Amino acid sequence: MKYLDEYRDEGLAKKIVSEIERIVTRPWVLMEVCGGQTHTIVKYGIDHLLPPQVELVHGPGCPVCVTSLEMIDKAHAIARRPDVIFCSFGDMLRVPGSESDLLVLKSRGADIRVVYSPIDCLKIARANPDKKVVFFAIGFETTAPSNAMSVWQAKKQGVKNFSVLVSHVLVPPSIASILQSPLNRVQGFIGPGHVCTVMGYREYEPIAERYKVPIVITGFEPIDILEGALMTIRQLEAGTFEVENQYPRVVNREGNRIARELVNKVFEVCDRKWRGVGSIPKSGYKLRYEFRDHDAERIFDVKEIATREPDICISGLVLKGVKKPHDCPAFGKQCTPEHPLGATMVSAEGACAAYYAYGRHLEARPAVEAA
Amino acid sequence: MCLAIPGKLIEISNDANGVRMGKANFGGIVKEICLEYTPEVNMGDYVLVHVGFALSKVDEEQAARTYNALKEMQQLDELNVPEVPS
Ligand code: SF4
Repeated sequence: MKYLDEYRDEGLAKKIVSEIERIVTRPWVLMEVCGGQTHTIVKYGIDHLLPPQVELVHGPGCPVCVTSLEMIDKAHAIARRPDVIFCSFGDMLRVPGSESDLLVLKSRGADIRVVYSPIDCLKIARANPDKKVVFFAIGFETTAPSNAMSVWQAKKQGVKNFSVLVSHVLVPPSIASILQSPLNRVQGFIGPGHVCTVMGYREYEPIAERYKVPIVITGFEPIDILEGALMTIRQLEAGTFEVENQYPRVVNREGNRIARELVNKVFEVCDRKWRGVGSIPKSGYKLRYEFRDHDAERIFDVKEIATREPDICISGLVLKGVKKPHDCPAFGKQCTPEHPLGATMVSAEGACAAYYAYGRHLEARPAVEAA
Repeated sequence: MCLAIPGKLIEISNDANGVRMGKANFGGIVKEICLEYTPEVNMGDYVLVHVGFALSKVDEEQAARTYNALKEMQQLDELNVPEVPS
């Protein structure tokens, strides 16, 4: 096994892999939800380590990748305004919009700043009272408490020149939509540990029940993922479909109650468009009406923009777990991290970027699995 | 950007607006973090921090393990984003 010697706990990894080999009796398709997990899987070759019956497909859990092109273009339109200081997490800078990316706009003179935390934007807003400070509030449930607190504090402290461009996405509706798709092959989920740190895992229970799929909330370290895979396969072999927690050292069923409460005060659930995937009902957060004075979409009233996505990019299918980066004709050729065509090549959590970072574009294309 | 990074809490304070803030040490890099979501944590505790917010407490051994795993995967870049002076 070519990858095993890279594990700090090689013995334990070996034990888990041989236990999976021992119990597996037929082919299974598992999806890891979180982009951090995808990164781990590709780096440590976990997909190559598992017996051939077990296939891992990569899920939609990269917030940078799924932020819709419309939203990226809106961000660009706002960032270009001379009265705006546009703040963002670093990963968003190179995400291609229809025309350019934030880095290019910055080089043309737009005031675009990378921040570590959304709450830093309040300081920027206070220091620049003559400017409008806008934060690009993207992310899954893990990021929602931070963005919610920034807006909450802005309102409470009367920081009037701070607003957020909200493009929040939620995990449970996205996995339900994957399970509803006629193209779906996923039979069990390695669930997102850090999302559940905030939200807990109660909302996964009706999904497991309804679609009869095991969901194992899992950490992102290599041993966690192996163990999460083992627990999922154990359930599949036994025909059970429970929500289990592989990551109790961090996650509990309730999540962080205080964070959940503030998120619910600031945001409400809305339909949300996912890049490459399309609109998913009730799969996002938007600001509640009370916070409209901090809503960049309302303040700047950016009209719908005609978007243009490169035809060759299949990132939508990659995000749904239907295709792998190797299936894309541009992978590692026209599309590289230096010249990304799609968002899944930008973020380290995107499947295309992870495959590229660990040299998978140099490997022969694996035989296409029967769909 | 979806991964939370563990750090050791080395300072707790309320800012001018009464927000519970603190400082956490991440393998030598010290960052200001918000503690509003973790009222239970004390000085010296290890917390799991995501984009400047402590989301939960972790034990020391777990924190070291997670930190090393993130380092190995080169997932600590966000810590290098300079702080906005207050
Ligand atoms: S390799 Fe590039 S072009 Fe192909 S699916 Fe991935 S991001 Fe899109």
